[in-house]
Amino acid sequence: MLNYIWGGMILVGLTVGAFNGRMQDITNTVVDSSKEAVMLCVTMLGIMSMWTGVMKIAERAGLIDTLSLKLKPLLRLLFPGIPREHLALKYISINFIANVLGLGWAATPAGLKAMEELQKLNTRKDTASNSMCMFLIINMSSLQLVTMNILAYRSQYQSANPSEIIGPGLLATVFSTIAGVAACKIFEKRRGE
Amino acid sequence: MKIILMFSNLIIPMTIGIVILYGYGRKVDLYDSFVEGAKDGMSTVAGILPTIVGLMVAVGILRASGALDILGRLVAPLTNLLGYPKETVPLTLMRLVSSSASTGLLLDLFKQFGPDSYIGRFVSIMMSCTETVFYTMSVYFMSVKITKTRYTLAGALIANLAGVAASLAITNLLYAPA
Repeated sequence: MLNYIWGGMILVGLTVGAFNGRMQDITNTVVDSSKEAVMLCVTMLGIMSMWTGVMKIAERAGLIDTLSLKLKPLLRLLFPGIPREHLALKYISINFIANVLGLGWAATPAGLKAMEELQKLNTRKDTASNSMCMFLIINMSSLQLVTMNILAYRSQYQSANPSEIIGPGLLATVFSTIAGVAACKIFEKRRGE
Repeated sequence: MKIILMFSNLIIPMTIGIVILYGYGRKVDLYDSFVEGAKDGMSTVAGILPTIVGLMVAVGILRASGALDILGRLVAPLTNLLGYPKETVPLTLMRLVSSSASTGLLLDLFKQFGPDSYIGRFVSIMMSCTETVFYTMSVYFMSVKITKTRYTLAGALIANLAGVAASLAITNLLYAPA
């Protein structure tokens, strides 16, 4: 995918730039932007390693497991098609909690395992089950509590208060997730009959 | 709405506090774990540096060529009607497709307008509540060889649209448009 996006952006830029007579600006940009990318990563090194350090403690202390147990009653409501003690529920809850905490490396493996378990329950193997649709829609509605990288970018560009967007971002996330779940339930009813 | 901003200031210190207390409770080797995690974070950032270089340069070229301004002018009639900031249209669309390319566009907007501008705040909030739909879907469905995805895409797009609309509404409520 990035093959086309990246190459496309550059080629479109070069073509439009040639017509607009902006080649000088483009040359400067190539030099400046690459320098800027490194400066940005230096800022990110500090913020991200602080956060991943704290999250490592959370992981070692078993916080993910504890929180995923708390999620179970809610999951039963969202996924009525999964038997009570099925492994799929465990992986789904780990995936959700890891996403909430922003632990991408823990979220994706658990998510793939969840899909594997859901596929075992699935009756038509080439077609997504209701549970799969619900799982992925919630997953893609964004669940993250603190988007640390956005804070790092804001701080790099001299925001007076990089973290002020956490609360608003979280509120918006609540809306997107509720909309996703609602849409999913409506689709389920309509196509289920 | 003030309480939302108060929450912003509390959540990081609270998370750190809770994690440390919880870690003591579970007798985890706190400092070693922290250092090890921080090392992981460093290598993650070092790992994405080449991506950031590539995409910041690509977006920079688009910006310098004037292509982004042309696109902005093209969509202006529609976005003005909706009250949507036209400068953020490329980012809104790219967000669905590629996480790293949208990061490049986000940084470009921060550079142009500043993260504390109306646009800067709006895109910060929007980026916090949306996901790369197409990529995520293909990874998960391909892993179990499912080709008929039914309403997954529609549902995910509805969720994203709701997130974008909510971000705009929240930004308008908290920070009056410039």
